[in-house]
Amino acid sequence: MQVYGLWGKVLDVDLSTGRVSEERIHPITYRTFLGGRGLATYVLWRELGRKWRSVDPLGPENILAILTGPLTGYYPGIKLVVSGKSPQSCGVVGSAISSHVAYSIKAAGYDGILIRGASRDSVYVYVRDDLVEIRDASRLWGLRGLEFVKSLRRELGRDAPSLYIGPAGENLVRTAAVMARWFHAAGYGGYGAVMGSKKLKAVVVEGSGPLPPVARREEFLKLRYEVMDRVAARATFRMWGTTSGLWRVGYETSSEPVRNWVEEWHSREDFNHVVIERKYWIKNPWADWGCPLACMKVSRAVIDGATYYTDGPDYEMGAYLGSNLGVFEVDKAIALSALADDLGLCGIQTGNAVGFAVELYERGVITRDDVGYDLRWGDFNGLRKLVEDVAYRRGFGNVLAEGTYRAAIEVARMKGLPPEEVLKYAVQVKGVGVGAHGIRSRRDYPQPVAYAASVQGGDHTSVAGLPVNSEESEVWSAFLDSAVVCSFTSVEEDTMLKFLDAVTGWGITREELYGTVGLRILSLQRILLLLGGPDVRWDPRVHDDNPPRFYEPLPSGPYAGSTVSRDEVLKSVAEYYKQLGWDEYGVPTEETLKKLGLYDAVETVRALRRELGAS
Amino acid sequence: MSSAQERVWILANYSLCTGCRLCEIACSLRHEGVIWPSASRITVYEHYPGVPVPHYCVQCPDYPCVGACPTRALRVDQVTGAVLVDPSLCTLCLKCVEACPGRVPKIARGKLHVLICDLCSGDPACVRECSRAGYNALKLVKKPSSTNVKHYAKPPELLAEELGGRVFT
Repeated sequence: MQVYGLWGKVLDVDLSTGRVSEERIHPITYRTFLGGRGLATYVLWRELGRKWRSVDPLGPENILAILTGPLTGYYPGIKLVVSGKSPQSCGVVGSAISSHVAYSIKAAGYDGILIRGASRDSVYVYVRDDLVEIRDASRLWGLRGLEFVKSLRRELGRDAPSLYIGPAGENLVRTAAVMARWFHAAGYGGYGAVMGSKKLKAVVVEGSGPLPPVARREEFLKLRYEVMDRVAARATFRMWGTTSGLWRVGYETSSEPVRNWVEEWHSREDFNHVVIERKYWIKNPWADWGCPLACMKVSRAVIDGATYYTDGPDYEMGAYLGSNLGVFEVDKAIALSALADDLGLCGIQTGNAVGFAVELYERGVITRDDVGYDLRWGDFNGLRKLVEDVAYRRGFGNVLAEGTYRAAIEVARMKGLPPEEVLKYAVQVKGVGVGAHGIRSRRDYPQPVAYAASVQGGDHTSVAGLPVNSEESEVWSAFLDSAVVCSFTSVEEDTMLKFLDAVTGWGITREELYGTVGLRILSLQRILLLLGGPDVRWDPRVHDDNPPRFYEPLPSGPYAGSTVSRDEVLKSVAEYYKQLGWDEYGVPTEETLKKLGLYDAVETVRALRRELGAS
Repeated sequence: MSSAQERVWILANYSLCTGCRLCEIACSLRHEGVIWPSASRITVYEHYPGVPVPHYCVQCPDYPCVGACPTRALRVDQVTGAVLVDPSLCTLCLKCVEACPGRVPKIARGKLHVLICDLCSGDPACVRECSRAGYNALKLVKKPSSTNVKHYAKPPELLAEELGGRVFT
């Protein structure tokens, strides 16, 4: 049975034993789970599902999955998915990252790499086609991003596509990202810490062959140019990237995190992409592999004699390490973003945790005695120090290194407070800090149900939405992350499905995408999320909800007073679950599981329902 | 036989290059029929973030590679001035790589001869792709008569140092 667009095999590397093997993935498995996020969920369910609750995400049992999908390398705009059991949500997060490693894995003759076990000494995995080695990384361990890239080039004598971690991942920080190409991050999920727990500094892939054959070459080429032309025409996106959100999402749609989401509006005209473009961009546009959009930029800022390099920063980084921390001087937002990149921290999760800490400090919940120095909105030096302390788990940084949710529980314990008294300042859902797109003004894309019902918690790239058979639904995100393409270069369903068909010949229809294929991935992710463990478990009656802050009326801006009601959100959550074929707790029904062919999950959902006291 | 003055040449604008490597994709699709960056006759290097270096044969006026080839596998296309490789004569001895001031000729796994830009008989796929994407970092121009073209034929790491040195320390 031939599979197109994929090779039908992944590399399997066990760092405990040093064993390297190839695993065949059956064409039917691909047809069922696509690839990327879907395949990761399948593999994790198959291998760890029975004992999921006891699997420590930062233990050797966890599997780090680095996977491409059938459209990777063919569809313009490249991504790969990093996954595993998440040290943030304890479910499965498909964390997409733009990286040359994506095409290089396919060029090496694989569809992905599974890494299990843990090494005793620091190592990196080196793949050059069928040569696979686990190499000593003692000279690379401890290095920050920019220095790592240089040292790796020195060691290999040339540039090679790599995924790597910074000090944050090495120190098992739950907000640590898997990094690529200096400033690119797979942030959601906390997989930098999973690499760190395996003593894995980097995965370097130098594939030298062609991409696998496609099902219908002429049609593929025609569609490729059709999409390319459309994407290349997105002129303002190319010129400004997502950095334009710093002004638009704040001033216009009023959905930008400002001072730990106390506000979602600002009127700082100098906190603006045009200012950044004129004063700080040294490269624009900048593109990833095979990308006709080129939304990336490189910026440089000098503060107190230190030079900082980062990308845009893109909207999420600029918002979370800028406005969310009360930093409205763009050079300082650039510097904090550069610092997060270099330390290998997810800018969203870290900015979320640091903003949470500053609010606690301002409110007197924590004091100078806890932190060791002052924390103030917009105080660059204190914030910079705290970001570093998170990466190295120093002082109060060690508390925040657990991510906002776990830090809130710990602060409550330290202060002898009921957890909800601290959790009310934690803008997170199921252990995942909410992305920089609020719901209160109702002028941005996420619906009120977006984060409450997402299988990836606060992930703004994978939001729930109604109706379930549309691009509003999280099924669509599951599709993009499983075909593994970039959401910024994606186009409407019909063309995406035609493209998928030209590459794979699978003939997946829109009805099948929403009715079975995408729903299957989402349902399995939901089951694993509800299983959770070992340190946290999610009760749908409590945790399928927004952060308390999102029920406070917006205090400022054109939508002052606007909010969403919990009643409305809970009704939407229930409706969303109903439309997906899940029960009132969001547990996929047995009937749905049978429709999806997930027979071996039936026992698990029965047990989950029993735990919830359902009949 | 056309004179050097009428020949075409690929001019790279390093500032406009986004580092996207669509040129590599287009080149391999044209020459190999598949997406195969390693077999592309043009390669983009990036030693510093945002400082991509497109790298390819610039048709040196003195063609040191052709002179260095012991098996006469390389010859100059009399119309375009491109270096053409005869796969049946090339032994992959890599003397041409040593002779090239930029170490441009490439080898790819599974290809039994070196890979050198053939200018797609005067209509290079890489230039078309770059222009179609609206980047215009590669332009097809009339070949400059000057020996200045050799400045583009340095090893990629040297070009990266020269270009990167402007903004990175």
